[in-house]
Amino acid sequence: MTTAAGPLFLSIATRKGLWFLRGDAQRVSWQLEGPQFLGHEIHHAVLDPRDRRTLLVAAKTGHLGPTVFRSLDHGATWKEAERPPAFPKVPAGEKGLAVNHVFWLSPGHASEPGTWFAGTSPEGLFRTRDGGVSWEPMPGFNDHPVYSKGVAGVGGTPDGPVLHSILVDPRDASHMYLSVSGELGGTFESLDAGEAWLPVNAGVRVDFLPDPYPELGQDPHCVRLHPLAPDVLYQQNHAGIYRLYRPDGRWERIGDNMPRDVGDIGFPIVLHPRDPQTCWVFPMDGSDVWPRVSPGGKPAVYATRDSGKSWTRCDAGLPREQAWITVRRQCMTGDAHDPVGLYFGTTHGELWASLDEGAQWRCLYRHLPQIHAVEAAELGA
Amino acid sequence: MKVSIPSPLRSYTEERREVEASGTSLSELVADLDRQFPGIRFRMIDEQDRLRPHMRMWVNKVETRVLATALASGDEVHIFQALSGG
Repeated sequence: MTTAAGPLFLSIATRKGLWFLRGDAQRVSWQLEGPQFLGHEIHHAVLDPRDRRTLLVAAKTGHLGPTVFRSLDHGATWKEAERPPAFPKVPAGEKGLAVNHVFWLSPGHASEPGTWFAGTSPEGLFRTRDGGVSWEPMPGFNDHPVYSKGVAGVGGTPDGPVLHSILVDPRDASHMYLSVSGELGGTFESLDAGEAWLPVNAGVRVDFLPDPYPELGQDPHCVRLHPLAPDVLYQQNHAGIYRLYRPDGRWERIGDNMPRDVGDIGFPIVLHPRDPQTCWVFPMDGSDVWPRVSPGGKPAVYATRDSGKSWTRCDAGLPREQAWITVRRQCMTGDAHDPVGLYFGTTHGELWASLDEGAQWRCLYRHLPQIHAVEAAELGA
Repeated sequence: MKVSIPSPLRSYTEERREVEASGTSLSELVADLDRQFPGIRFRMIDEQDRLRPHMRMWVNKVETRVLATALASGDEVHIFQALSGG
């Protein structure tokens, strides 16, 4: 990924609508715009990096069905998908799945403009080839006799099981990963554009099953693939931080190198856009009954610059005490500037930024609704 | 026949509170609504043809959740959404 130099565009998806934050190329001036879709629960809003113009938004209200809205002009105007992600209708008498919400949106490979993938709750994988107008279920995963059939819709997060972290290898459009937080969760790999999937969970410890290293059943919270070194993957798991070097299939727990009193529990993980050895996490309290707020009420980002061998606390500018912050898995992201800008949104509606790779933090906005996702992109013409 | 539209769905009906639609059953009526106002059906009814929770329908002031419910010319259909939560 080349260094970005243009104006920034942050999408802030919340429980009550969508906001945009526009920053100039120097990241000095910021303008918050919105809300759009006020009252809709927005789980993800992603600007297409291939044209830097198309924006897809996963939306539902508390009671209306889920859908996807599309904009071809950075959110100035919108059209709803003609066929939103939906599971196939089953014969009468059988219990079929229904999409509760679209949770995750991933643009497809650079060679396939118009292709996007969606992950849903309950866990389902969907694809569009026309820029989000019409979505089709991908039976290779959704109908898998072990990974999906009979277990989809069971367990998972308090908001239901989710399919997320849909990753496409920038070298090969047919090489993909996805992850599931659900009854039989974990990370899965496809070498044939999503027709067949195999689990890639070796080495990932599970602390909520009798077998600590099962083939399936893990709970990856957020999995990232490095864009310049696609054989390097990191994941923030329910129970630890891990790194994987392919073609090896065994994850290494790099979170063991975090301070013991902080631990390596959390939701998001953000990779440096150019340095595969650097990433950032936002630790959550995983002790006792798992409060999943900043440990000790003292929020901090932790950074590694050596692939997880060591971690540095990055809390300058963040509250020093009594700050019980929760940052969900889609709520922390980075831009491609140099130095990298980092951004996270909290469940109590604060948006924080660091324009120097975590060295110094400041709160850009308060009083937004609960933030579900934050994405940063360089704006196109 | 006349169909009343709740506020969460009026973005599909150009903010009209009441529209005309036809069909010999609720299922056909909803299909006609979707022809006139594309996308409205899936917001009300899931892919397994189940009325979504909190979405409620009345035919001549009798509530039903059965899409096969027969309709006759002159029937009045009311669609409501019972909001809950904060």
